[in-house]
This record gives sequence, C-alpha cells and structure tokens, in this order.
Amino acid sequence: MNTSVKELGDLVGRDYKEGFVTDIESDTLPPGLDESVVRFLSANKSEPQFVLDWRLDAFRRWQEMDQPDWAHVHYAPIDYQGISYYSAPKRDEDRPQSLDEVDPKLLETYEKLGIPLEEQKALAGVAVDAVFDSVSVATTFKDKLAKVGVIFCPLSEALINHPDLVRKYLGSVVPATDNFYAALNSAVFTEGSFVYIPKGVRCPMELSTYFRINALNTGQFERTLIVADEGSYVSYLEGCTAPMRDENQLHAAVVELVALKDAEIKYSTVQNWYPGDEEGRGGIYNFVTKRGACRGENAKISWTQVETGSAITWKYPSVLLEGNGSVGEFYSVALTNNCQQADTGTKMIHIGEDTSSTIISKGISAGRGQNAYRGLVKVLKGAKNARNYSQCDSLLMGDRCGAHTFPYVEVKNPTATIEHEASTSKIGEDQLFYCRQRGLAEEDAVSMIVNGFCKEVFRELPMEFAVEAQKLLGISLEGAVG
Amino acid sequence: MLKISDLRVAVDGKTILNGLSLEVGTGEVHAIMGPNGSGKSTLANVVAGRDGYEVLGGTVEFKGKDLLDLDPEVRAHEGVFLAFQYPVEIPGVANIALLKEGLNAARRYRGEPELDALDFLKLVREKIKLVEMKEEFLYRSVNEGFSGGEKKRNEIFQMAMLEPSLSLLDETDSGLDIDALKIVAGGVNSLRSQDRSVILVTHYQRLLDYIVPDYVHVLAEGRIVQSGDKDLALKLEAEGYGWIEESAGAAA
Repeated sequence: MNTSVKELGDLVGRDYKEGFVTDIESDTLPPGLDESVVRFLSANKSEPQFVLDWRLDAFRRWQEMDQPDWAHVHYAPIDYQGISYYSAPKRDEDRPQSLDEVDPKLLETYEKLGIPLEEQKALAGVAVDAVFDSVSVATTFKDKLAKVGVIFCPLSEALINHPDLVRKYLGSVVPATDNFYAALNSAVFTEGSFVYIPKGVRCPMELSTYFRINALNTGQFERTLIVADEGSYVSYLEGCTAPMRDENQLHAAVVELVALKDAEIKYSTVQNWYPGDEEGRGGIYNFVTKRGACRGENAKISWTQVETGSAITWKYPSVLLEGNGSVGEFYSVALTNNCQQADTGTKMIHIGEDTSSTIISKGISAGRGQNAYRGLVKVLKGAKNARNYSQCDSLLMGDRCGAHTFPYVEVKNPTATIEHEASTSKIGEDQLFYCRQRGLAEEDAVSMIVNGFCKEVFRELPMEFAVEAQKLLGISLEGAVG
Repeated sequence: MLKISDLRVAVDGKTILNGLSLEVGTGEVHAIMGPNGSGKSTLANVVAGRDGYEVLGGTVEFKGKDLLDLDPEVRAHEGVFLAFQYPVEIPGVANIALLKEGLNAARRYRGEPELDALDFLKLVREKIKLVEMKEEFLYRSVNEGFSGGEKKRNEIFQMAMLEPSLSLLDETDSGLDIDALKIVAGGVNSLRSQDRSVILVTHYQRLLDYIVPDYVHVLAEGRIVQSGDKDLALKLEAEGYGWIEESAGAAA
C-alpha cells in the first residue's frame, strides 16, 4: 500500500474499449491522390459542376501548401499518397430506408459502443445521421424536422437538393485555402452533414451525428455545414469512436457554422477515437478546422468539446464575432494519456461592437501525454467594448506528462476588456488521500476529482452527452489501480 | 479499540516515531501533546494510512485487526476518521457529493443498504446543526474558499456524519478563534459515547478546556515520554515542554 506518483501513472492506463473491426466489404479507392481522385469523388456523388470546380481549385492550392509545423506535437511525416481517399460500404445502391434495413453488423458495431440507434431513438428524441466511413446509412426523424422546415441531411444530398443554399455558405467561413488540412478537406471531402434552420425556428430536437473511421488506411474527410437563419436555435452533437488499428489514420475534417442575426448554435463534441497504444503506436491523427461566424447582431455560437481520444489532436474551434453584440463561447476538456499529444484551443476574433467571448479550457495530462492550450483573442479596431474572459486550467497526473499554455492576445481597440486566468495543478496525493480517508476507493476518488475539475465544461453539455463524457473520462482514468 | 506497540516510522529516511506505544480503550478520549516536530501529526497520519510514511517496525491493531495492512478507505470503513490539520480543497466536487459517496461506501462495506437521497438529507440536516454551518456549505466545492474556521468545522461535520468509532483530530484547534473552538469542541463532545474513542493531537492546552480528556500523553523524540490525566496538560501549559525534552534527552 504505497501509492506514489508512479502508480498514479498506472491509474490512467487501460485498454481501449472500442477496439474492434466491423467486417463489412468496402469499396475502396487505391491509395494515392491526384486530380483524377478528386474528379472521381465528385462524379461518384453526382455533384453539381461548381462543387467539382471548387474541389479542383482547392486541390491545386493544396499542392502548393506546406504542412503546418508550429503546433506543439511531434510525428513522422504523413505520406498523402499512401492514403486511400474513398471507402464506402458495399451496398451503396440500395440504401436502407429504415433501421430494419441497416446492415445488422453495423448496428452491432454501434451496440458495442453502447450507442444503439434503436435505444437512442426512444431515449432522447435525438435525430441521428450516422456516418459509417464515408456514406451515410441511416437517418431518422426526418419527418419531424421537415415539418418545421429544418434541413438535416448528408452534405452530398444537400449539394443535389439544395445547391443554392449550400453554395451560398460552403467555404464562406473556412475558405478552401484557409490552411493545409482545410484545403485537403475541400479537395477530397466525402461526407458530412448539412443543417439549415429556417428563420425563427427552434430546432425541436438535438441533432446528432456519429462518425466512425473503419476501413484500414482510409482517411476520413467530413465536412459539416450548419446554417442558423435569423432568430433560430439549434444544438448539434457530434460523437466519434473508431476501432483499433495499427497504422495511423488521418482525419482532417472541416466544420463551418453560420449564425445569422439573433440565431444561436450550440455545437458539442465528444471524441474518443483510438489514441494509439501505450507506446504510441497507431492512433488517429485528428487535424480539424472548426470555425463559426456570428454574422448578425446578437448571434451566438458556443463550442463545447470533450477530447479524450486520438494520438494527435490539432484543433481550434473558433468564432468570428462579426455582428454587433454577438457572443462566442468555447468550453473544452482535453485529456492526453500514454503518448497522446494535443494542441488545442480556440480563436475568438472580435470584429463587431459589444461582442463578448468566453473561453474555459481544461487540460488533463497523464502518462507521457502532452497537452497544449493555444488560444488567440483578437480585438479588431472597430470592435468597441469587446469583452473576453479566458480561463485555462491544467491538471497533471504523474510526473512524466506535460501541460503547455500559449495564449495570444491582440487588441487594437482600447475599450476592450480582456481577462485571462490560468492555473496548473497536480492531482494531489493530498486530495486523493482526503477522499480515501472519507471512504472512497482510489478509482472513485480519481474520477470524482477529475470530474470536479471538468465540471464547468460538462455542465455545458446536453444531459445525455454529459453522462457519456463522464463515462469516457472514467474509462480513460480508471483501471490499473496498483 | 486501538493498540499501538513499539511503532517506528521514518519519513524520507529520517526516523520520526521511535518506539511509540499507546493503547486507547473504547469510549476514551486521549490527548497527545508535544512540541513541534515531536511526531504528533505523523502518528495521526500513519494510523489513517497516508502515503509517504515508512513503517520500520511495530504494530497497530484496531479492533483486533492489523491496521497497517489495510488501504486508507478500508480503515475509514472500519471506523477510523482523521480530521485533517490542513483540510484539502477539491474544486468542482460538492461537499455533499463527497460525503454521500463516503458514507455509502462504508455502508456497502458493512453490508448495509445505501441511504437514499431523502434519508441522507435528513441526516445531513440533523448533523449540520451541531457545527452551526449553513446548508449552502453542503453544495459548495469541498473546502474551496472556506475560511480556516469553516474548514475545521467542516471536518467535524463530516466526522458527525460518518460516526467513526475512532476519531483522530490533528491540531483541529489550530487557527481557531474562541467561538469556533467552542463550536468544534461542542461537536466533538456530542459524539462522545461509550463506543467511540477520540485522539486529540494538539499543541496547546486550550482545546482541553472544552474537550476534557481521560488521558494526556506527552510525545517527544518520537515516543510517549509521560502520561497522566488532564492535570498534566495544565502543567505543560504552565511550564512549557522544556522539562519534558530534557528528561527525554536524559533517558535516551
């Protein structure tokens, strides 16, 4: 009975629970990327010409760009020609019209994850657009949403059925040439969701998509576009898991949010992709560009993320505060264990007057995990009376992990109010002992302390998601009590 | 209840307790006094099972069990409670959540059903009166932003909730003003009974005006060098620890 720093490290080691491979035959393009691949992807989805042109332009620009190297992460160079850019479940032609028609193996996969669609349907009235590799296979609650005019469908479908709407907003927040990974995504994106909430409509249910990376060596490049028209409201949940793999899998998604006047978008993510093994072999490279634009007065965009997976996370959900009085929020929990590396944070760009932003970031590092917060608060010249509050807390477990904070502040208007608070604490052996003296088992004590640390973020999550998030942290942190 | 025999303990290679023996009977209140660095807090922490203390020799028996063999939480379930000298802050964890987990873990250990929310709240409302704390404290994060006195009262409140058979109070009186001291003492006294024992670790005699001990022991150089009744505490108050240290030094 001598729990020490070393054993605290053991506490967080535990096998990845979601490690299994669903045995479904896939249509997969051979590895490699050139213009013909881009043309295939577009033709395969019968996309309008403007999308193909946009993809090709992005591809040409991408070829001239360099992979960013400023993040606090280290990994071997990625061979973009070694990746296959398309994989779809075999029976693409006859898409299931209801859950009964969905491949039972796929449903089995979800059940292993503890997220059976059946149960979810009944559970919370959540509409699920499940992305399995690159093709959407099940969409529910479409009727209910259609009644109030909400469009919630695969992006590929929206490009055909609502081309003008998509064209107006696609790439308007994250331009094709925004950065290396966004350009790659723009060229080869294969799936994703499109959401449009009409004027004055409060979306009657939480919208949810589960992404899953399954086929070996297949990068997944989703693209999500959510538009909330004037005075509307939507809460969107994104959850991700992937089966165990030996090779690194690249994931470069783009998410664009547009909130018009008086509209509000709440975007929540729980991500537990395969983080690699204890020695850092395998695991997902998660290089994501997420950005929202508050394009009208009093618009509000709120990002909440719980990141416990991936070998490398490179992700900065941001908000462009264009409309006067608009509000941006970022609530984040990022956990790195074993050899995981995370460089994550946000950018709040204050453009309009009386704009305000809140940043709450909680980083948890365990094992040899490296956790960096990178944030930018930028107040442009015209942004009178902008306000920002930032709080970055780091929790260290053991003595081989690291926490790093890179806050950037650029203020060009003297009326701005910027507050930044940061703290780093070690999961105290004192705290652990205190809880155990009161009767808690060591695992329960760790879980309670960590959940307490993350409380400000968890309370921003929708109820069912908060429960999942707590479970995930538990999975990552319990296990090997010595 | 508790039988400590020839206990020798080192911290970072330095011997702190050097052949300490102590027997505490059921229903008794013992005060352990002594100068700074004599090993008082070490004794309390070793009994409660804190890490970082290397037991070199000796035994600690609690209700006939080898206490040193048990995890801290099991000791707690068996009825050992430590009121911390420096209660720890745990941000984001509600006071009441920690207590409920702890209480129910002990009940499960004893094979009793867990308390439901209603019964738990009833118990909480009854016990919180003992320490004159407002109910809002229950919902605040454990010890976060509490004043020194509030932290100590919170310890006594937790003790009252968990109803331990052996309570170790580690300098619970330090940093308390007289009103807070009276409240803390009142809480402890209300728990005194035939089947509960208390060990008060203290530097000053002051606490013993309010919690009258059955026995007083003086700890010096890692051993108990003198035992007596409450009058010993008064003598220490009047004459200081110098004479004890001299005689301990002479004996060593």
